Amino acid sequence: MSILVDENTRVIIHGITGREGTFHGEKMIEYGTRVVGGVTPGKGGRKALGVPVFNTAAEAYAATGADTGVIFVPAAVSADAACEAADAGAGLVVLITEHIPVLDMVRAKSYLNARGVKLVGPNCPGVISPGKCKIGIQPAYIHKPGSIGLISRSGTLTYEAVHQLSSAGLGQSTCIGIGGDPVPGLKFLELLQMFRDDPETEAVCMLGEIGGDNEEKAADYIRESGYPKPVFGFIAGLTAPPGKRMGHAGAIISGSKGRGEDKIAALADAGVTVIRELGRFGQTVAERLKK
Amino acid sequence: MNIHEYQAKKLLKEYGVPTPDGFVAATAAEARAAARNLPGPVWVVKAQIHAGGRGKGGGVKVCKSLDEVERAAGKIIGMRLVTHQTGPEGKHVNLVWVEQGTDIARELYLAVVLDRGAEALTVMASPDGGMDIEEVAEKHPERIFRATLDGGHHIWPFQARKLLFGCGLSPEQVGRGVPFITRLLELCVAKDATQVEINPLALTGAGDLIALDAKINFDESALKRRPEIAALADPGEEDPLERKAAALGVNYVRLQGYVGTMVNGAGLAMATMDAIKQAGAEPANFLDAGGGANVEMVRKGFEIMLSDPNVRGILINIFGGILRCDIVAEGVVQAARELKLDLPIVIRMEGTNVEEARRILNDCGLNFTTATSMGEAARLIAEQTREARP
Repeated sequence: MSILVDENTRVIIHGITGREGTFHGEKMIEYGTRVVGGVTPGKGGRKALGVPVFNTAAEAYAATGADTGVIFVPAAVSADAACEAADAGAGLVVLITEHIPVLDMVRAKSYLNARGVKLVGPNCPGVISPGKCKIGIQPAYIHKPGSIGLISRSGTLTYEAVHQLSSAGLGQSTCIGIGGDPVPGLKFLELLQMFRDDPETEAVCMLGEIGGDNEEKAADYIRESGYPKPVFGFIAGLTAPPGKRMGHAGAIISGSKGRGEDKIAALADAGVTVIRELGRFGQTVAERLKK
Repeated sequence: MNIHEYQAKKLLKEYGVPTPDGFVAATAAEARAAARNLPGPVWVVKAQIHAGGRGKGGGVKVCKSLDEVERAAGKIIGMRLVTHQTGPEGKHVNLVWVEQGTDIARELYLAVVLDRGAEALTVMASPDGGMDIEEVAEKHPERIFRATLDGGHHIWPFQARKLLFGCGLSPEQVGRGVPFITRLLELCVAKDATQVEINPLALTGAGDLIALDAKINFDESALKRRPEIAALADPGEEDPLERKAAALGVNYVRLQGYVGTMVNGAGLAMATMDAIKQAGAEPANFLDAGGGANVEMVRKGFEIMLSDPNVRGILINIFGGILRCDIVAEGVVQAARELKLDLPIVIRMEGTNVEEARRILNDCGLNFTTATSMGEAARLIAEQTREARP
């Protein structure tokens, strides 16, 4: 097993005829992801990457029986595409795009939540269950099938951690980039819950960063629920000055809120093994799990 | 993106949110002329910088004559105003806002924030105006009232009433105050403002609400569709190097240390800064060269870092992923040659063709050291810059 996506996931690529959609869509298909169609308004009836293109998501999901959408459209129209996918019947929407206006995300999340649709992203690398299904822009070769669940707010930082895990002989059940925006879809807490119920996942790694309080909420949940699986944590941005956005729109210390050291303290207090040195991440997880 | 108080008040006025009348002035004479066009007999002269706490720093003066206005403006314009938000170096004041004095019966607090937990705009009101709200939240949390917006962005009148009754206003004052809040939210949604603080919000002797101060922060991801807001940016408020980086399209934040960093990806860039600190050195900057990291980006990155006189060495950390490391390495060598770099540079790369990339870097004859892990890279650059640190 794995969470969110597996070998049976049927994917629609929104923006399949665009540059990003074409480039990454091809790599997803190469990996074995079941891409069953695409949406580009005005290009319906054609084929792209060997699958049919539709004018609307409603047609695309109805014709193909797809259950998941991945969005590769420009920021100005991304929230609209996410809602269109939800309206068409997607149960999961993966939103890769960066720089989506936050009030668009506020509205889109309200729309998706009302329909019980799950969202991964935005501003993220996507989600992958190694060996089964890759939805997003992750480099495939660093991943390896296995039993570590990984949740991260970042892109290349995730690759770094995954690469270290794989090099240490630890494969992954599912890796989710939840994205660096202030209003993300699924967060640490919901994903920890899903990993708890996944028999294949033996341990969970969470890579957080400054800003917001999602790491603290996850820590509360881990402590209060007596979380049954080992959890490893890393927090980026301990040297970041307050009041400055560190690349990600969500990575900002506001007043006294969102500091890295507070997150580390909350996680450690909940029994999470916090790894301070990223260079030793994979090795530390491997050593702890051996004991 | 922040704007000045005078710009915020103009926007509020456009949306029908009451603010005191006033004019912006760049000289003492202009300030006097501005005051002459306002009824008086009391005027307020306020320094225009992007920072709070201006009053305590001497940047706000209540004046009772035109001479006083002129004197106050003359003193404030050109001063280096230091507040708890500016840092010890302070900020240079170029403009003052001269406004009509307000007959204040009570001072309240009102703010709109993006509540990340609730995923919604949230309005906060308190009867304790003029104070630091974080302090009120700590000492008297029961004196802060909140309304989370419907669907994240829509306020119902009952929510505004609840906030104002909470602040102790009379039914008549509440009735007159509701549009203040609903119009303010209209502005937020129409202009993608994700943070507004009106502190103090004055209740006048006549029973009306009026915004005595206004700080508005806009969503940078929305500036493309709000060019009229983007035009309000004041480049003079930014660090000159950050301004230069923004113009080149580089994601850069200046820090106080002496080890420059260039990384692809924001999370890894933060983690690299942290690793430098853990190795006993101080990072000079955050620099995210983006997922692409091509020759052009690398050259721009070097240019920015070299403009910082504190930089004594550079750590480059690239997790290639789908990028080919040999191509990035060639870009680094080319850019370093063009810019005649002679600082120690430690490079750590991971990804496709990494062996070839290391060969290119080691054989190029420049002052490069390659590292195979992040920890090693941080230790190496800390050692190589230890003697030279400022």
